[in-house]
Amino acid sequence: MSATTAETQLLEINLGPQHPSTHGVFRMIATLDGETIVKLKPVMGYLHRNHEQIGEGITYVASFPFTDRLDYFNAMSNNFGLALAIEKLGGIQASERGEYVRVIMAELTRLVNHVAVTGFLLNDMGAFGTPLLYAFRERERILDLFEAASGSRMMCNYVRPGGVREDVPVQWLERAREIVNNFPIFLDEFETLLTENEIIQQRAKHVGVLPKTLAVNASITGPMARASGVNYDIRKVDGYSIYPKFAFKVPLGSVGDVYDRYYVRILEMRESVKILQQALKDIPGGPAISPKGQAISKAPRTFKPPKGEAYGRVESPKGELGFYLVSDGSSQPYRYHIRAPSFINLTVLEDMCLGQKVADAIIILGSIDIVLGEVDR
Amino acid sequence: MSFLDLFRNLDQLFVNVSGWLLGLLPDWLQPWASIAMRIGVIAAIAPAIMMYLTWIERKAIARMQNRYGPTRVGIYGLAQPLADGLKMLNKEDIVPRGADRLVHLIAPVLAVAPAILLFAVMPFGRNLIAADLNVGLLYVFAISSISSYAIFMGGWASRSKFSVLGAMRGVAQIVSYEVPSVLSAVAVIMVTGSLSLGTIVESQAGYWFVFTPWGFVACLIFFLSGVAEVNRTPFDMPEAESELVGGFHTEYSGMKFALWYMAEFLESFAVCAFTVALFLGGWHGPAIPFWVLALALAILIGTARLLPLPVRGVGALVMVGAGVFWAAQPIPSWIWFLSKTYFLFFVLVWFRGTFPRLRADQLMGLAWKFFLPLALVNILVAGVWLMPQTPVRWAPCLLILWGAVSLLVAVNKPSITDRRTYVLAD
Repeated sequence: MSATTAETQLLEINLGPQHPSTHGVFRMIATLDGETIVKLKPVMGYLHRNHEQIGEGITYVASFPFTDRLDYFNAMSNNFGLALAIEKLGGIQASERGEYVRVIMAELTRLVNHVAVTGFLLNDMGAFGTPLLYAFRERERILDLFEAASGSRMMCNYVRPGGVREDVPVQWLERAREIVNNFPIFLDEFETLLTENEIIQQRAKHVGVLPKTLAVNASITGPMARASGVNYDIRKVDGYSIYPKFAFKVPLGSVGDVYDRYYVRILEMRESVKILQQALKDIPGGPAISPKGQAISKAPRTFKPPKGEAYGRVESPKGELGFYLVSDGSSQPYRYHIRAPSFINLTVLEDMCLGQKVADAIIILGSIDIVLGEVDR
Repeated sequence: MSFLDLFRNLDQLFVNVSGWLLGLLPDWLQPWASIAMRIGVIAAIAPAIMMYLTWIERKAIARMQNRYGPTRVGIYGLAQPLADGLKMLNKEDIVPRGADRLVHLIAPVLAVAPAILLFAVMPFGRNLIAADLNVGLLYVFAISSISSYAIFMGGWASRSKFSVLGAMRGVAQIVSYEVPSVLSAVAVIMVTGSLSLGTIVESQAGYWFVFTPWGFVACLIFFLSGVAEVNRTPFDMPEAESELVGGFHTEYSGMKFALWYMAEFLESFAVCAFTVALFLGGWHGPAIPFWVLALALAILIGTARLLPLPVRGVGALVMVGAGVFWAAQPIPSWIWFLSKTYFLFFVLVWFRGTFPRLRADQLMGLAWKFFLPLALVNILVAGVWLMPQTPVRWAPCLLILWGAVSLLVAVNKPSITDRRTYVLAD
């Protein structure tokens, strides 16, 4: 019997820029054979806001409020990155208490980001909001802490070179301790619902596999690289700020599929809780910002770093977030560039999606954890 | 019979009222009036049921998600469905450019019509069935399969790629799940020897079919296939919000969209109702007397520490009162039927609040590789069950089913259940 082939057509569909699951205004042009993806072209730039160019026209410190809007889930980490770059450029020493507060904020941000991304990932898988809303309940508690410290829930604008803008209010540390100590209880509850769930395992295991070599070659960072087994965490590698003082581990996945990315994030949250508990126990007294940092925060135009360049990087919840500053000796940066982890992690989207189904493409995108504010800048 | 006598027998309340009303009319008009009345009642209660199903779903899911759900319109948001209906009516009806306007219009109507037609053979209570057809079950399957046409028409006529994809998935899914669904009902037909839903329910007077080995398996297959046929989570592939925006109804708005929703909810209700009729004893109550049940519930409510004290007191008293009242008079058959049906609908809502969605190909695998062979084996089991009555008939039935299930699970076992270890590196 000779094989007869029916004539079929490829179907090209546009997922986005208006689509419930592209996490903003991202667009994927997917070419489908039936339900299988044979080609996928990401289109970015719908949210381009000229962030880097604006940064070159204003003083160094004036960029802080803009960095909040980069990855609007993690304002604190973004602030932290820019502060590190400016400190390197100007040779500013941060105060001890300031460092502790910054690390506490950055790790709280990691919790906020990871619960939210797990919730959204489950939403992409089709769970009708339940995991997301449980995640948001915890996120709200931490955002309340941010509001108490910085005056704003999401656009915190809190970290400054040399420390933080102001010290945390009274009773804040007690509140933070309580929330941090209760967080593992929530994680256990969350995991009971999700980790062993048969449907989630069927949907997520061996889907969107990112091999270790590709992850390294494409300079993927953050939980995505660690899910593929790449032991690369800036907190360990670079040892910036006071991270070397804390005992914590870096969870690594083995397969590099969506499930590993989900579970590595859960484990990272548990490690973050450990860091937070240590930091909240050891936090010293003293000023929250060093005198020099205070001076340039109050009078940004007086800060004229010497000619040169500096690259400050943090382990943002999404990956390596780097700020590259070039100074020409004036009060404004000559060049201001951001290495955005969302953007760089997104470049392997097509490699992971080829040969998978449409439904998989959505959860693969969800598992990359992008925020369009950071992708398009 | 005086008017008040009608309320003496709550079980036959609706039957008696309709008989009394028809008695007021001249003889030659009665058959026609009887038909018109049945049609009228179904046409009136179907939308009402649908409206409050949406309310139940929203409230129940909200509670599962730490929310309140609708609270603003009426007490407990009870008028919310009315407000939603008005909003839908006021919305602009958008037809995409290049769409087939006529088919685009007909599709939602074609989806709702069979959903309402299913109510005609729904056995709500003893003698309370609009048309007890002797081919009732066949009618159910025939009518419910029309919805695949509606979905495909809607998806195709919208001239949108999302709609076409959704429609493709929808048709594949409905056609696939129809097979195990029908085959699981075959067992019931074998045992009762009838296709009439009235007779099927009657024959469950002693024991509900779900308490037999074949009935239990068939009930699960029938209910889950039904869930898949009406596109509810975790089988809501055709409308998959996170992938296909709205699937086949992406391009619908206003009242046409509301009609799609209505069809979905009415069909969900029908799936629950027919599962109850075929397997869960229909309008029959359990064999335990109600006062025992009420007493147990009263103790349960009275001692529940989570509830506030007034609620505990009032709840326990209500239960005791109900026990006393229904001890004097059996619970009407229609209350049993509706409470079981609404309980199954709650299970559907529960699914929706808990489960993520399967993928389209995994869904097909479940239908063809697991449900279908199991339903076939189940027919064999029903045959064994029907062999000359012996007290040991449980043993061979359970043995066959256990063997079949373990074989199918072994064959279909996905490779993904391996436990993974995660390195905690320094």
